[in-house]
Amino acid sequence: MKNLVKVLSVLLVLGLVLVACTPAAPETSEPVVEDEVLRVAFVTPSNINDLAFSQSISDAMIVLKGEMGDKLEYVYSENMFVVDDAAAAIRDYAQKGFDIVIAHGSQYGSSLQEIAPDFPETVFAWGTTVDTFGQPNIHAYEAASDQGGFVNGVMAALLTETKVIGVVGPIETGDAKLYVDGFVAGVHSVDPSIDVRVTYIGSFSDVALASEAATTHLSAGADIMTGSAQMVIGAIGKAQEAGAYWFGTQADQTSFASDVVVASQVYHWEVIFREIFALRAQGVLGGKTFSANLENGGQVISINEGLGLDQSVLDKANETIQGIIAGTIAIP
Amino acid sequence: MISDLFTATVIMGIISSGIRLATPYLFASIGEMFGQRSGVLNLGVEGQMLLGAFTAYYVVLKTGNLFLAVLAAMAVGAIMGLAMGFVTIRLQATQGIAGIGFYLFGMGMSNLLFQKLIGVVENINGFPIVKIPLLGDIPVIGEIFFQQNLLVYLAFLLVPIAWFVLNKTTLGLKIRAVGENPEAADSLGVSVVRVRYFTVILGGILSSIAGASLSVALLNVFQQNMTAGQGFIAVALVYFGSWRPFGILAGALLFSMVNALQLWIQVLGIPIPSELAVMMPYILTILVLALSLSKDKGPSALTKAFEREG
Repeated sequence: MKNLVKVLSVLLVLGLVLVACTPAAPETSEPVVEDEVLRVAFVTPSNINDLAFSQSISDAMIVLKGEMGDKLEYVYSENMFVVDDAAAAIRDYAQKGFDIVIAHGSQYGSSLQEIAPDFPETVFAWGTTVDTFGQPNIHAYEAASDQGGFVNGVMAALLTETKVIGVVGPIETGDAKLYVDGFVAGVHSVDPSIDVRVTYIGSFSDVALASEAATTHLSAGADIMTGSAQMVIGAIGKAQEAGAYWFGTQADQTSFASDVVVASQVYHWEVIFREIFALRAQGVLGGKTFSANLENGGQVISINEGLGLDQSVLDKANETIQGIIAGTIAIP
Repeated sequence: MISDLFTATVIMGIISSGIRLATPYLFASIGEMFGQRSGVLNLGVEGQMLLGAFTAYYVVLKTGNLFLAVLAAMAVGAIMGLAMGFVTIRLQATQGIAGIGFYLFGMGMSNLLFQKLIGVVENINGFPIVKIPLLGDIPVIGEIFFQQNLLVYLAFLLVPIAWFVLNKTTLGLKIRAVGENPEAADSLGVSVVRVRYFTVILGGILSSIAGASLSVALLNVFQQNMTAGQGFIAVALVYFGSWRPFGILAGALLFSMVNALQLWIQVLGIPIPSELAVMMPYILTILVLALSLSKDKGPSALTKAFEREG
């Protein structure tokens, strides 16, 4: 009897876990199996409304759906921060016959390397990275986030009064590091004497620590801040309380704090996926590396017009964007 | 460069950051301590915190009523505690595994509810800063200690209250007896089951308030998985503090202040790699745990199910 009770209790807990951890049902209905309908699935580490990395891929799919209408069906699995869960989802989508499976997270690479050879007819896209593992059915995509970082940095340098700028980063690697390095270079291209102080908090989700990092920057005299990844909402909140300007990246953060967000580097992955879709139609299933940048429109600097920025700042930002596109400004 | 750390601004900054960062740990760890002192290890603290954080945030978003928000979070915490109690006390499931299950449940459910009921990250107006009259006017000290929000004061007030309850009341004596020798306590007429239910439900309530302190007092926002492992640190702090309220207070402050210190090290540009800096609080915790465990083994009946003989 005691053993039965134990087994039942374990089953009860497992049941609760399963109920809670089952990913939310895809927002679109079960795709119609028709040859001309492109079926796409994406797997992403955080919430698709995170105002950052995951939202950027979701926004891209919304744009493509708007363009293609019934010719595109897409589903997704969000909050896949456990890599094993993401791997299971990627394999599941491939088994269900989706045409393109997008692994939107650099941490999913080794899983994809194992899964892709089992589904040679499926197109896999992996970002943000430049590595296709030499697989004929894996495309890699990344963002030249140093470009947008540089433009944000130039504007920040023109706006700071204290000459101290704070940066709240997650982990010193990948897209975040590229953005932060570009931002610092942008600030110093205007005024090398400006003190840009960078903190990496060691987490993509610790909102409390990101908030304290921002408070620390403000105490150290920063009047402008920026940061990358989804935990920065904690830092933006502190910027808002202190009336310090904020520069965003990955998605447009103006809606979250319209009184302090000056500009956001916004990813437009749809530029990349239009190409990937077209290549698939031509029979190219992988092996290419794509970069979203200012030149191809994969990156756009979204200015918060409600702030009423000085025209000279806007002109300089525009001049910098054009310089990067034309190749006359090289980011160190 | 290191000398830059010894300025009034930095020291004040570290202490005030430490106090804010310690607040959720105090609520969650004190709650966990009561459970463990009665013999129940609850590894589901993180999940309870996330559900508490979501509940309080949602109530503020919909009603703007902060006190109702905390009450709602407490109710959710109590239900989570009751469920944990049912599984581990009544059904006698292994405490560690059940706790992990409740952690995953809390995390998944808070994500699901956020997606279905809100969907977009939004700011709310949380608990405002309350300046304590007179004390709040003391230079430096007043600003650090007496200009905080209500939940910060409550967290620190909880420490002496928990000490008093545990050491100076009959209830505390029963909790300790049940955690040390449940058979003996039972033979003296103490209801082991009732005491354990009480502590686990109390732990759920306090963990839930810990989550609420993040979402409606310190950060005023909710995001999926926003506790980022704090519930597990809270469990570690109970061991760190040798199952004593003031030990937990010392541990929570030390951990939080070292975390604040590493932020300042990075802000001041002291040449230590960021990866090493962020490890500092964890290395310190492991060191203290290794040293303290050799002296104190904790409640004898911890993790042991109780079944009345005969």
